[in-house]
Amino acid sequence: MHVSIRLFARLRELAGADEIEQTLPAPATAQDAWDALARERPALAPYARTISCAVNETYARLTTPLKDGDVVAFLPPVSGGCGIRDAGCGIRDEGSGMRD
Amino acid sequence: MQDTPYRVTSEPLDERLARAAVAGAAAGAVTVFTGTVRNHNAGHRVLWIDYEAYAPLAVKTFERIGDEVRERWPDVRLAIHHRTGRVEIGDASVVIAAASAHRADAFAVCRYAIERVKQIAPIWKHEHLEDGAVWVEGATADPDDRGAVDTALQRACT
Repeated sequence: MHVSIRLFARLRELAGADEIEQTLPAPATAQDAWDALARERPALAPYARTISCAVNETYARLTTPLKDGDVVAFLPPVSGGCGIRDAGCGIRDEGSGMRD
Repeated sequence: MQDTPYRVTSEPLDERLARAAVAGAAAGAVTVFTGTVRNHNAGHRVLWIDYEAYAPLAVKTFERIGDEVRERWPDVRLAIHHRTGRVEIGDASVVIAAASAHRADAFAVCRYAIERVKQIAPIWKHEHLEDGAVWVEGATADPDDRGAVDTALQRACT
């Protein structure tokens, strides 16, 4: 099956793309899509335990089964709103990761 | 657009729009919370912040926060407007408005909503400092995590 993967923020920078088409053997879950992605782009691998995922623009579990044509988004830890009183850490960009 | 309660926009935020989205004759109190970009963080001078969002999921997440609010505070009206793109020092990154018959609920809902936005909205800060840029990574977003809901409730209600 073919799924479309969306990446954001630091994951997008590490992958060098915000949208990636991925072919997976069926049946597959969101976890399988992540595993395939991280195999091809090892820079993403450290995020394995801290990502969230969404399928077709709805939050989903990594165990969610995928269908052909699904849009799967992988989200690094979030930091919206304002201030970071509870936030974990800032992660410095390196080399080509920098946007400016 | 005027009365849209949940928005993600690259345009500058106007507190009056959030207020207008919750206003009504039944309200005896309206609270408006504005989060602004500050010029320092963790000992570094901040020049500006780029906010990146997964916009369609962010709007759905705001709606979900609205559902959570309705469950606990059935009579409170809520609006959440979040900015994306480059936000300058002093400008608003987020505006939250809550309207209620009584002030205690309006204050509580504003606080609850900002805590939940920080926990689960798919939005990321890219802080631009004098010597480079930093992605800020806070919580792993899990809307179903009861512990996070309890933390938000505790902060809102104590």
